[in-house]
Amino acid sequence: MDTMRDRFAPVVSRLLDEDPRVAVVLAEIGLAGFEEARHRHPDRVINVGIREQLLVGAGAGLALTGLRPVVHTFASFLVERPFEQVKLDLGHQDVGAVLVSASASFDWPSGGYTHMAPGDIALLDTLDGWTVHVPGHPDEAETLLRHAVAAGDDKVYVRLSVQSNAEALAVDGARFHTVREGRAGVVVAVGPMLDTVLAATEGLDVTVLYGTTVRPFDSATLRRATEAAGTDVVLVEPYLAGTSTAAANDALADLPHRVLGLGVGRRELRRYGQIEEHVAAHGLDAGSLRERIGGFLRATRVSA
Amino acid sequence: MTTTTVKSGYGYADLPGLMGLMSGDEKHGPAATSTLDALWVLYDRVLRVTPERADDPERDRFLLSKGHGPMAYYAVLAAKGFVPVDWLPGFGSYESPLGHHPDRVLVPGAEIGSGSLGHGLPIAVGTALGLRAQGLNDPRVWVLVGDAELDEGSNHEAIAYAGPAGLDQLHTVVIDNSSASYALPGGIAARFEAAGWSAETVDGRDHDALYAAFTAPHPGRPRVVVARVEPKTA
Repeated sequence: MDTMRDRFAPVVSRLLDEDPRVAVVLAEIGLAGFEEARHRHPDRVINVGIREQLLVGAGAGLALTGLRPVVHTFASFLVERPFEQVKLDLGHQDVGAVLVSASASFDWPSGGYTHMAPGDIALLDTLDGWTVHVPGHPDEAETLLRHAVAAGDDKVYVRLSVQSNAEALAVDGARFHTVREGRAGVVVAVGPMLDTVLAATEGLDVTVLYGTTVRPFDSATLRRATEAAGTDVVLVEPYLAGTSTAAANDALADLPHRVLGLGVGRRELRRYGQIEEHVAAHGLDAGSLRERIGGFLRATRVSA
Repeated sequence: MTTTTVKSGYGYADLPGLMGLMSGDEKHGPAATSTLDALWVLYDRVLRVTPERADDPERDRFLLSKGHGPMAYYAVLAAKGFVPVDWLPGFGSYESPLGHHPDRVLVPGAEIGSGSLGHGLPIAVGTALGLRAQGLNDPRVWVLVGDAELDEGSNHEAIAYAGPAGLDQLHTVVIDNSSASYALPGGIAARFEAAGWSAETVDGRDHDALYAAFTAPHPGRPRVVVARVEPKTA
């Protein structure tokens, strides 16, 4: 199966052909995929070299002239390194862009911590008005990229990962999807975590929601799910643990509730190796998740 | 019978008075006015933008990157009719759209909000790219930075990119009041020239020299004008 990132250049190249507002801004990374598109649209496929502050600032300048910039590099260099540009050049200037990252939390473990960015969404959470898409499959990535580019002048972040579920679901760019219904708690699986969460909750009487658009947080679907399943909520996110805990708490603010946030740990592992080894180290494999979810919902554990 | 004249055209001589509406003081030190002459020459003689054309895609863009001490900027915008003169006395107050750093969302005619240093030039690069991508080859993009602001690495990224990219719609004015802690005399123009820009250093108080430098041809290359004014400590 191809990866989400494999879809990025072909999808956005088609959007460049279809929509004269679309422009792509790169900082060397991902350039090869746009070779043909750059030939067709030399002024709308822009490579600024290894300059990430300029990457975001130039994207903002393009937006000020009315274009729809799609800005891409690895998450660490897209959100973290030029964070003030994201905050001021886009947010404060009141213009939008589509930021598309690759590498996710630990897509390249042997590359080490310099190329890991589990905190990207938590960091964006300090800013106002961002839509955040976390696809769990290349087909979903394609759909959500199209949603992102078509979203007027909104500020949209699309987080691409090599981690993926086996099958794509019909995502709509807004709502959580109800995958399974139960009565003993709600588990929200985000993006590539779905397959593992379904394996981990096999035989548990829980509702499983699938989220690929996590900001704005779909409070309505979560609340509706708690009506039948109760207000014990577990979030399983492929990035920093607890990133959406506040959002879930806000959604249930007027109800007694409990929230457990699972995800990538804050502590730097200082390990290389394989993705699976990092998944296990962060307790995000099916066995560990089953233990932690089951433990949290222990009073109500039910066998199917 | 008395007649009331509504003043429609402000001149350079009116700027100290307009700045005085903000500060309550008509005597302004060099720091407050370091940008005044360059701004006036641009808005009075160079930029093709008016309040009526503030949304015209074909207008010239002026991006104030050095957002500190914007009184001269507001005075020029008021003199040219972008903002009402009666906004000036509220400068910096809660109800005023005119803050100690400008906000493009609040100030008519302000192309960007600025204050945090090192953002204007990269945004100006993107603006020039965006105009070019839309076939808008006439509008020129101007950005005003301070000499110490050039210490910001983001500016180095923009300078190093814009020369080889041949962004000849892009123009930078550097107000050099010797405020950078580590600087070589003549180093500003040299830095831009090394990156492929057309560069000239002039007396930042000499309107004719500024005008000539602002309007000199520079085919295929971005242009920087270093406007030297009194040292910040003077």
